[in-house]
Amino acid sequence: MSVEKNKNIIEVEDLSFSYGSTLVLKNVSFAIREGEYLGVIGPNGSGKTTLLKVILGLFKPTAGTVKLFGQPLESFRDWSKIGYVPQKAINFDPLFPATVYEVASMGRFGKKNFFRGLNQNDHKIIRQALNQVEMLDHKDRLIGDLSGGQQQRVFIARALAGEPRVIFLDEPTVGVDVKTQEQFYELLRWFNQDLGLTLVLVSHDVDVIANEVTELICMNQTLVFHGTTKEFIHGDYLDNLYGKNTRFISHRH
Amino acid sequence: MLESMFEIFHYGFIVRGLEAGLLIGAVAPLIGIFLVLRRYSLIADTLSHVSLAGVAIGLLTGINPLFTALGASLISSVAIERLRTSKKIYGESALSIFLSGSLALAVMLIGLAHGFTVDLFSYLFGSIVTVRQTDIYLIIILGIIVAILLMIFYKEMIYISFDEEAARVSGIRVNLFNTLFIMLAAAAIAIAIPIIGILLISALLVLPVVTALQFKKGFIRTLVWAEVISLISVLAGIIISFYLNVSSGAVIVLVMLAIFGMILTVKNFLKI
Repeated sequence: MSVEKNKNIIEVEDLSFSYGSTLVLKNVSFAIREGEYLGVIGPNGSGKTTLLKVILGLFKPTAGTVKLFGQPLESFRDWSKIGYVPQKAINFDPLFPATVYEVASMGRFGKKNFFRGLNQNDHKIIRQALNQVEMLDHKDRLIGDLSGGQQQRVFIARALAGEPRVIFLDEPTVGVDVKTQEQFYELLRWFNQDLGLTLVLVSHDVDVIANEVTELICMNQTLVFHGTTKEFIHGDYLDNLYGKNTRFISHRH
Repeated sequence: MLESMFEIFHYGFIVRGLEAGLLIGAVAPLIGIFLVLRRYSLIADTLSHVSLAGVAIGLLTGINPLFTALGASLISSVAIERLRTSKKIYGESALSIFLSGSLALAVMLIGLAHGFTVDLFSYLFGSIVTVRQTDIYLIIILGIIVAILLMIFYKEMIYISFDEEAARVSGIRVNLFNTLFIMLAAAAIAIAIPIIGILLISALLVLPVVTALQFKKGFIRTLVWAEVISLISVLAGIIISFYLNVSSGAVIVLVMLAIFGMILTVKNFLKI
């Protein structure tokens, strides 16, 4: 995969969004460059998940524009460039009859047109994706029988199977224990640094992701901060957002 | 002995009934699995009651009631989907409005068509005796169309059922598939009327799938099990109903229930 660093792949300009009369996002502008590992943080209700959903075309913006890979959102069709790992706790039915392999296969469906089934090459890519998240040995197990951390890996494999250039993750570690979280972030670091994938990670867990990502966006209805993690830590943004005396705890060993 | 066993196939209507029944038995789980997994079981009941209004229109006007039932359920299926996605009212409320509304309409039309006849009874509970040759053609053509379309679109349907949002982000046209699916469900329900009967259709769609889910397998295997259960039940049901001279729909559903009960009992006994 060729990665053109510093090229903007996602551009958000003057974006506003409201649910009915409640303004959730106000005049948000920023860009994401290819190869970036971007964290999106902010307090509960700050609009970070909404921002993600507008970028992904799930919600229509009230005002402003979003461009994906240079294309306006409305005319963007090349969705296979984009991987999405939703907040699993909300969407997912543990009794759903699907094996790990079947869930990972779904990641290829968007790439196929209506009448074509999965071919040898698709199956190769699905196996490879499961292998990358170390879930290939579990491929015949039911998704509902796995632990939370394992399920999350399968959802990552599903996103990887689409061979995306950028993966959006919405609160991926909710309900996952600390040790599993560390392995999970290690995996993401590998995707970003070695596979050259652009990652956008939405989380309320400020201190953890500030240690992981290279760039940060801090939301509180408007864009409060956009810059490198270092700049963020040395500024007093955190105090303004969460109140005084919030401190980072280092998790990197 | 052997001769008397095969005697049943000398009757033209039995062969017709079995052809139509097995085809419907094969199509039902393809629709049913998505209805069950998406918690849409009530849609089957609603569309079948809408079909009853269609049947009543047929009885009143003299048009083959299967055609009018098909028309009514197709049109309402699109209307229900529109109402549901508009989010102006709750999904279940949309369904109950259609269910009771069409039942009221059906009862009024049946009254105008001079009351409850034997014919109507067979539409309510299914009867292979009254299945006509034109019905069989319609069942075969529509059954095959529904089955082929669902086999082609099962990829998209399974993704939407599992995770609608992620399916949308992957570029799948979720609204289009939702509308297409509910129309296919409407068609399957309409063609199931002669054999299964309006009041028992949702059992045909739901029971084999719910039974197959007890095996706790992946999607494809669950579907295969549901097909096996559905086909065995339809076959056994039609043959038993012939010998007992009772409604085919009722026996088919009772066979399905018996299989479901048996599997639950075995599961409990083995503690799995």
